[in-house]
Amino acid sequence: MSIKKVLQRLGFLLLVIWAASTITFFIPRLSSRNPIRERFAELARTGGFSPADLEIIIAAYSAKFGIDRPLLEQYASYMGSIARFDLGISLHKYPKTVWELIMEALPWTIGLLLVTTILSFVIGNLLGAVAAWPRSPGWLRAFATPFVLLQGVPPVLLGVLLLFFIGFRLKLLPLGGAYSIGRVPQWDWPSFLDLLKHQILPAVSLIFGSMGAWVLSMRGMGVTIQGEDYVNFAEHKGLSGYTIFKDYYLRNALLPQVTGFALALGTVFTSAIVAEQIFSLPGVGSVLNDAIRANDFMVIYGIVLFITITVASLMVLVELIYPLLDPRIRH
Amino acid sequence: MATIAFPQPEVRQPSRATLVLRYLRRNKSLSVGLLILLFLVAFTVIGLLTINPKEAYPLAVRAKQPPSVTYPFGTDFFGRNLYAAMVIGMWQTALIGVLAGGLGTLIGVVLGFTSAYFGGILDATVKGICQILTPIPIFLIQVVIAGSIDRRSVTIYTMALIVVLLAWMGPTLVIRSQVLSMKERQFVSVAKLSGVGDMGIIFGEILPNLLPFIAASFVTQVFVSVYASFYLAVVGLGPLREPLLGNIIWGAQLQGAFFNGWWWWPITPAVAMVLILGSLALVNMGLDELANPRVRRSE
Amino acid sequence: MKPVLQVLNLLVTYYTDAGRAKALDDVSLTLNAGEKLGLVGESGSGKSTMALAMMRMIKPPGRIEGGQVIVDGTELTKLSDEEMLKARLSKIAYIPQGAMNSLNPVLRIGRQMVDAIKAHDDEASRRTIEERCMEALESVDLKRSVFKMYPHELSGGMKQRVCIAIGILLNPKVIIADEPTSALDVVTQRQVMETIDRVQEQLGAAVILIGHDMGLMAQFVDKVAVMYAGRLAEVSIVRDMFTDPKHPYAQALIRSLPSLENKGVFQGIPGLAPSLLRIPSGCAFHPRCPYRMDVCTTVRPELETLSNGRQVACHLYTEGLTDAGANGIQERHQSVYARPAVKDIDNRT
Repeated sequence: MSIKKVLQRLGFLLLVIWAASTITFFIPRLSSRNPIRERFAELARTGGFSPADLEIIIAAYSAKFGIDRPLLEQYASYMGSIARFDLGISLHKYPKTVWELIMEALPWTIGLLLVTTILSFVIGNLLGAVAAWPRSPGWLRAFATPFVLLQGVPPVLLGVLLLFFIGFRLKLLPLGGAYSIGRVPQWDWPSFLDLLKHQILPAVSLIFGSMGAWVLSMRGMGVTIQGEDYVNFAEHKGLSGYTIFKDYYLRNALLPQVTGFALALGTVFTSAIVAEQIFSLPGVGSVLNDAIRANDFMVIYGIVLFITITVASLMVLVELIYPLLDPRIRH
Repeated sequence: MATIAFPQPEVRQPSRATLVLRYLRRNKSLSVGLLILLFLVAFTVIGLLTINPKEAYPLAVRAKQPPSVTYPFGTDFFGRNLYAAMVIGMWQTALIGVLAGGLGTLIGVVLGFTSAYFGGILDATVKGICQILTPIPIFLIQVVIAGSIDRRSVTIYTMALIVVLLAWMGPTLVIRSQVLSMKERQFVSVAKLSGVGDMGIIFGEILPNLLPFIAASFVTQVFVSVYASFYLAVVGLGPLREPLLGNIIWGAQLQGAFFNGWWWWPITPAVAMVLILGSLALVNMGLDELANPRVRRSE
Repeated sequence: MKPVLQVLNLLVTYYTDAGRAKALDDVSLTLNAGEKLGLVGESGSGKSTMALAMMRMIKPPGRIEGGQVIVDGTELTKLSDEEMLKARLSKIAYIPQGAMNSLNPVLRIGRQMVDAIKAHDDEASRRTIEERCMEALESVDLKRSVFKMYPHELSGGMKQRVCIAIGILLNPKVIIADEPTSALDVVTQRQVMETIDRVQEQLGAAVILIGHDMGLMAQFVDKVAVMYAGRLAEVSIVRDMFTDPKHPYAQALIRSLPSLENKGVFQGIPGLAPSLLRIPSGCAFHPRCPYRMDVCTTVRPELETLSNGRQVACHLYTEGLTDAGANGIQERHQSVYARPAVKDIDNRT
């Protein structure tokens, strides 16, 4: 791939980031809500300042957050701050910055997402490929069908059902949280096992919930690739079933799936966010949930922007790696 | 042409209904999906005729009752009869799905159509916007929009609007690519050469051929809209007053339903949602198979 | 001469939703080493099914339901699946129709050739295998550097040559070429055909060339077999077939060809090819045949060898008619064909 192409993709990435920032800047300003006033009104109800004090505090904060300046000026400084990775300050957990909140939660989310996304992609595609392969044993092909049926079911719902059967009825695994109640996490085995136990149900529901889509699309792709002349010719050459499956069929069928993987990244993050809510897990999703509950707008917009930029960057990354897999694009 | 003159071996042509039934038997996903959908519609319609709608809202009945004869699905922490809540919730889910799905498809058809048919700057703009929006997780933008609206004023209709705001892209791209390929086909060129105007070609030639794709787009959009509104509700951005299925699960999670032993509270809406989304996905798959026989499985 | 390929009473059926389709109905064929046979017929007449059946590559819902394929003394139809894998390419090779897509786009040409050899011979060293591939490439007029290239870097004609090179890697006794030139321009077509011709001579293999380009056939094959609705209608040496076709369908087929002498007047064959689901009773061609007899609608004609060694499946030549009589009828036929098709029908009804 030429330098020009790389620069082109990076330019596109900047464009996407710009669009996302603009959306998160303008949409809130279209509504009549004043987040800072709301926040302090809430504080006033619980903490009890006098209304006069309140106005002074609000004025001070508005100046600090730049809400009293002209719109265009606000926009310029907002874009500037994004360029500096400055996503603002939490209203609820002041003086923590949004960036700090995200960084604290990120390892949890990455840990869960990395494992589940890779596993569901690998298992799902293999299963789909095997299901479409006419020479696979019948039981293996039948095995794929239930996962295809799961395709329309969001991981969250799977999570609720798993919580009910395995957590609530069978009491095999915990009902939520990252640790057992009362445990002080330490760097030792029992803590680690406890943590792992709490991650099983979320991981299983995320894997199974997103696997169906891979099984289905791979099965469809597999049927198409099987009809390709080169698979046919490979059979005419007398190659063994295994060689044809691996080098002629799977390798070609996987190519569009890689592109599909990039496009699915947004959904992956979305599912994780919602799963964290259902399983009361720490992570970016639960920070977002807290923020929604507390009307902490800075955090909501910050997280949305952060995830958008992450997803868009990963997409461009996949696109840049793709030519290594497909010789046709390399030239 | 000449064969007409010769007696052909007798072949019985099965009736249309038999053919449809025979096809449905082979296209299992379509028939199972339609069956579940039918069951859900029946449940909702019968439910709407039998429940007292007030019981779907808080403080109507005794709270935290497990399923019984009076309350087949139990009651929740807020004193809602979950059976009534489910019926209303299903109805509202269907409303959001059809409204947002229909609107999204309509916008998509119009946008995709005009941009592909007339091309030029309009097409470039539509394509560009879709390209830039693709990497942005739609759900998150919906979170921003829903989060910026005053929570008390959120209704089923604003919910549908929020969902449709970003759900037009899919059908736009589908219709656009279909029209682009159709424009190149011969019957359109023939119509053009014989002096049929733009409107005549659009409504007389292209639109009828697009109908299957529009129908498939619509089912997809209903699925996407129900999915999106469910996610928004589950994270607490739905119309909090309404017994939308996602809202019920959100409430149950907030009150620690499983920890407190109120298992029936989140389970019923979850199962209902699985059925709704599952059946829509099945119908979608079935339609795919119908429109694109290459995907058809060798059995 | 000892036949290198014998096909005996081959029977292939496809089980579709709409019913059973007899794609090959009792087809027998014999071919000697070094012989080149052209297999022609309309789309759906069973030509490609014939090729697939010989390779034992008929896939569900199709099935080989009877008959034998014997190559060089080995009865392919009796081999186990494993043994059949080894027999492909080493006993009987197939050069595919869609050469444009017949090579795996993500693997280098060399890898695809090496794969083929390795599947049959896992003892040869890497160097000898590569050397064999290079030689095969050279024998089809390709440079050795093609070994390291990807399919998308080659032209259509080059890809087709690579397919031929793969086909001859293991010196097969029979080569089946399924419309090997269908997607190529005329000049490349000729070059590819000459390549097939040359490697076939070097190997002394028998070649079956499938296609509907009669012009190409006339230049390259020794014998022509005409198929109709899954059956053989006529097998004759190429000169006889073009100058004096016997079967009414073959006659119509030859007559439909444009030639230098009869410019402008093209004769189509009236009627449509029958659906394999509903093959007419008796002779499959009888609804379209200009001299249908009563017996044609009920009794199926067998492929009979005439006194001059030609094989025809038609009642005109079996129902007690001498060769001379048949010729007489034939003259009458020509006048029938000369009339417009519509009148043709009027006369008969």
